[in-house]
Amino acid sequence: MTLKVSDLAIARGGIPVLEGLSFTLPPSAVLILRGPNGIGKTTLLRTLAGLQPALSGQIAGAEDQIAYASHADGIKPTLTVTENLRFWASVFGTADINTALQAFALSDLAHRPAGQLSAGQKRRLGLARMLVTGRPIWSLDEPTVSLDQNAVTLFADVIREHLGQGGSALIATHIDLGLDAKVLELAPFKAKPKPIDDTDGGFL
Amino acid sequence: MTIAAKANSVWEYANPKKFLATSERVLPFFWVTSALCVGIGLIWGFFFTPDDYKQGSTVKIIYLHVPSALMAINCWLMMLATSLIWLIRRHHVSALAARAAAPVGIVMTLIALATGAIWGQPMWGTWWAWDPRLTSFLILFLFYLGYVALWQAIDDPDTAADLTSILCLVGSVFAILSRYAVNFWNQGLHQGASVMRAGAITGTDTEEKVSNVFFYPLLFCIIGFVLLFIALVLYRTGTEIRARRMRALLARERVGG
Amino acid sequence: MIALLLRDLKLAIRAGGGFGLGLAFFLIVTILVPFSVGPQSALLATIAPGVLWLGALLACLLSLDRLLALDWEDGSLDLLATAPLPLEGVVSIKALAHWITTGLPLVLAAPVLGVLLSLPGQGYVWLVISLLLGTPALSVIGTFGAALTVGLKRGGLLLSLLVLPLYVPTLIYGAEVARRGAIGMEVETPLLMLAGITAATVALLPFASAAVLRVNLR
Repeated sequence: MTLKVSDLAIARGGIPVLEGLSFTLPPSAVLILRGPNGIGKTTLLRTLAGLQPALSGQIAGAEDQIAYASHADGIKPTLTVTENLRFWASVFGTADINTALQAFALSDLAHRPAGQLSAGQKRRLGLARMLVTGRPIWSLDEPTVSLDQNAVTLFADVIREHLGQGGSALIATHIDLGLDAKVLELAPFKAKPKPIDDTDGGFL
Repeated sequence: MTIAAKANSVWEYANPKKFLATSERVLPFFWVTSALCVGIGLIWGFFFTPDDYKQGSTVKIIYLHVPSALMAINCWLMMLATSLIWLIRRHHVSALAARAAAPVGIVMTLIALATGAIWGQPMWGTWWAWDPRLTSFLILFLFYLGYVALWQAIDDPDTAADLTSILCLVGSVFAILSRYAVNFWNQGLHQGASVMRAGAITGTDTEEKVSNVFFYPLLFCIIGFVLLFIALVLYRTGTEIRARRMRALLARERVGG
Repeated sequence: MIALLLRDLKLAIRAGGGFGLGLAFFLIVTILVPFSVGPQSALLATIAPGVLWLGALLACLLSLDRLLALDWEDGSLDLLATAPLPLEGVVSIKALAHWITTGLPLVLAAPVLGVLLSLPGQGYVWLVISLLLGTPALSVIGTFGAALTVGLKRGGLLLSLLVLPLYVPTLIYGAEVARRGAIGMEVETPLLMLAGITAATVALLPFASAAVLRVNLR
């Protein structure tokens, strides 16, 4: 499934942040999003995931194809690791959670309440959720936060495996994952302020 | 083709600048005529109409009570209409007009409730009774409060406009439901809608009519209140537009435009 | 969908306290009533249906601000919104879970509390029936309020201000059924109105709640 974005403009809190953004993400490819804080990486990922409308432009091939992982992992502390994963698996209509547990080395923690996990373990659980969605395009917002070096390697392996199966990934990150990836620098697409007198404007 | 051109011309006022320019031109007219109408209506009503044979001079509070009660309801209807326009056509001015109208509606509701209480005291011997009409107005007042509170609570103006519009739609349905529920719950003391009944206006209806002597000054008051409402909403909408523009300019400055 | 319902129920039971809180509140409010109006059984019997309805309504209100806020804070709502579930279904399930964990216990506890307030014997059936019919509407309307205020830091008070006026029709008809039942009058009209309001809100309000939630997730 190819994700194709053309001439996209997005806004955060009513203020345009990025404009004229175009890129294509074919199967088995990774695209790394780079840019200074506040440039709109999270807003872009949320827009692609369908959580907020774009100001203008087209997004093709995104609907029901994207598995989105935000800063928050959506983990319930009172449920065990298995229960958390099984819940998301049944929401997305898949059954197998063992692959995901093994891929992120969570098998030993499977029956531990998620509230007792360390920050890095929680993050691994959050990323394991991507595997149980069964969706081809992964959209990850700073996935390596609070992961140690081993876990980062683990994560990169999972991404490679996912690409091998024809999946693709869109990752906003600052660290080098050792993946053969294209990098999309967002700074050139920063929205320029519109002239004061535009039409339904009056406001801007 | 001409129809399309006509339709366009209405929506032109959805542009904040066009709205401001036009409203500033017509506002003085509305201020002056509303002051004239209310003034004439009140003076005529208070000093040049006879006392009611049953209600005495207390009846004269009708010149404030009826117009404010009418406007309290019509204001909500106007908010409902502008909310729908915002949800369907996404004109910012429409949402801001709804926001601007709400406090006016609150004041009208309060005036209607207060004058009703003052009128009710000598008439029914009590300041307050859980009469269906009074109760409905009290509930309407609560709806206004919730609506305004929601506007105040949300920072992002478009989010606030969306949420309050949907609240206005849902609230309207529940307000009507409450009206029927309250009617069922207690049949009350309040006289029926005595102004708009055909018989009352033509004077053929002898029972509980508002006779012509009272009706003409009342008509002036009602027209005056309508004009006053329009003036207040136009004026306040202009304020909201400017506040919104100021926010936008500040935001531009922050992002470094 | 069923997975979401089961998860919410499991969370409610495990969260420690959340589950019984509404019930305890209902109990305490009911017990406080005789202290405030006096212990005369005749008076208590007259006001019992109304007091029990009001108590149940307030107990429902109590847990509303956690209904969506917890899922909002930990990011679950974002993930649910991108999942292949319609958001209308998600909010309906949330309302159903709220009703099972809050409304249903209140319905079951109401007769016991009726004894404390000297509710006449013929009133119990109608009290339970009216609450059984009315509390689902309270949960669904409450979910709408929770969806409206989910993004706000201190939405609890605003939530009450928004939801309570919307509760008026349900309260009027529900309490009227219980009151008429207690004094042996016919209850058909208010009962039908109550059922109608519940059916309509359960069928239609989730669309408004989902629309509001989409706006809040932006």
